[in-house]
Amino acid sequence: MAEQTHQEREAIARRFIAVLPFSRALGLRFVGLGAGTAEIEMPWDDRLVGDPATGVVHGGAVFALMDTCAGTAVMTHPSGPRGTATLDLRIDYMRPAQPGRAIVARAECYHVTRSIAFVRATASDGDDRPLATATGAFTIVGAGA
Amino acid sequence: MTAPEPVAAVKGRRDAALARLVGGVPFISFLGIRFDRRGDELTAVLPYRDDLIGNPLLPALHGGATAAFLEVAAIVELAWASTWEGMEAASWAPDAPLRLPKTIDLTVDYLRPGLPRDAYARARVNRSGRRYASVHVEAWQDNRSRLFAEASGHFLMPDAG
Repeated sequence: MAEQTHQEREAIARRFIAVLPFSRALGLRFVGLGAGTAEIEMPWDDRLVGDPATGVVHGGAVFALMDTCAGTAVMTHPSGPRGTATLDLRIDYMRPAQPGRAIVARAECYHVTRSIAFVRATASDGDDRPLATATGAFTIVGAGA
Repeated sequence: MTAPEPVAAVKGRRDAALARLVGGVPFISFLGIRFDRRGDELTAVLPYRDDLIGNPLLPALHGGATAAFLEVAAIVELAWASTWEGMEAASWAPDAPLRLPKTIDLTVDYLRPGLPRDAYARARVNRSGRRYASVHVEAWQDNRSRLFAEASGHFLMPDAG
């Protein structure tokens, strides 16, 4: 199996985000990627607020961002999966997101077997302290086929 | 003995409290989630929309949409359960500011792909203390016994600091 070029990986990742209607609904933007890593931004949007008293984004929106970013990291792994789906994902919320700021997630697919990919991710809003971290297991469809 | 409160007044009060809890959160409207109520039992309903899809080839609901649905169902159940006692007593202030629990962590298990149909979820508060609560939530579509996702999470109660 030929190693994917960076351009091929980027094309896969951009397509992976662009064709997902729910990612479009959240306004997710592709930031960057490497071999088994991905970075995706969720711009500020009033409609995503979960607590009207504080203006903090709903955890569910952050979860969706982390899930998308983690899935993208699986797709960019050099083993070349054809597809992936989340088996489980755990997220820990360290602190509330600052109202008005975009949130950027970074995910790393740090190990794959023939059928499973293991991923960790962090989310930040421009501050040094992470907003949230996540770990998950993903299925691998047609790796190296 | 005083006469029992008319049933219309009881339902009106409970429905108004629930509508306020759900209607106050923009993200719940963004996803289009509504809640069916039978007494104190809530069922969260996520009506199907094309923009909830994550895998257009299957097609299947986006894992993030499913997770967001489960987290919303858990938070609303927890807030509802902690509102209930006060609401049923005379002390209830219908215009008091919304005080929502905050998610500490959430683990979502995806059991099968979410189909392009309506989804339902019910949450159970397994432990509710002054500061922390543990909630489990199950989601299904056509068959109540065939879950397509479930989640467990810990939440920080409002005022707990």
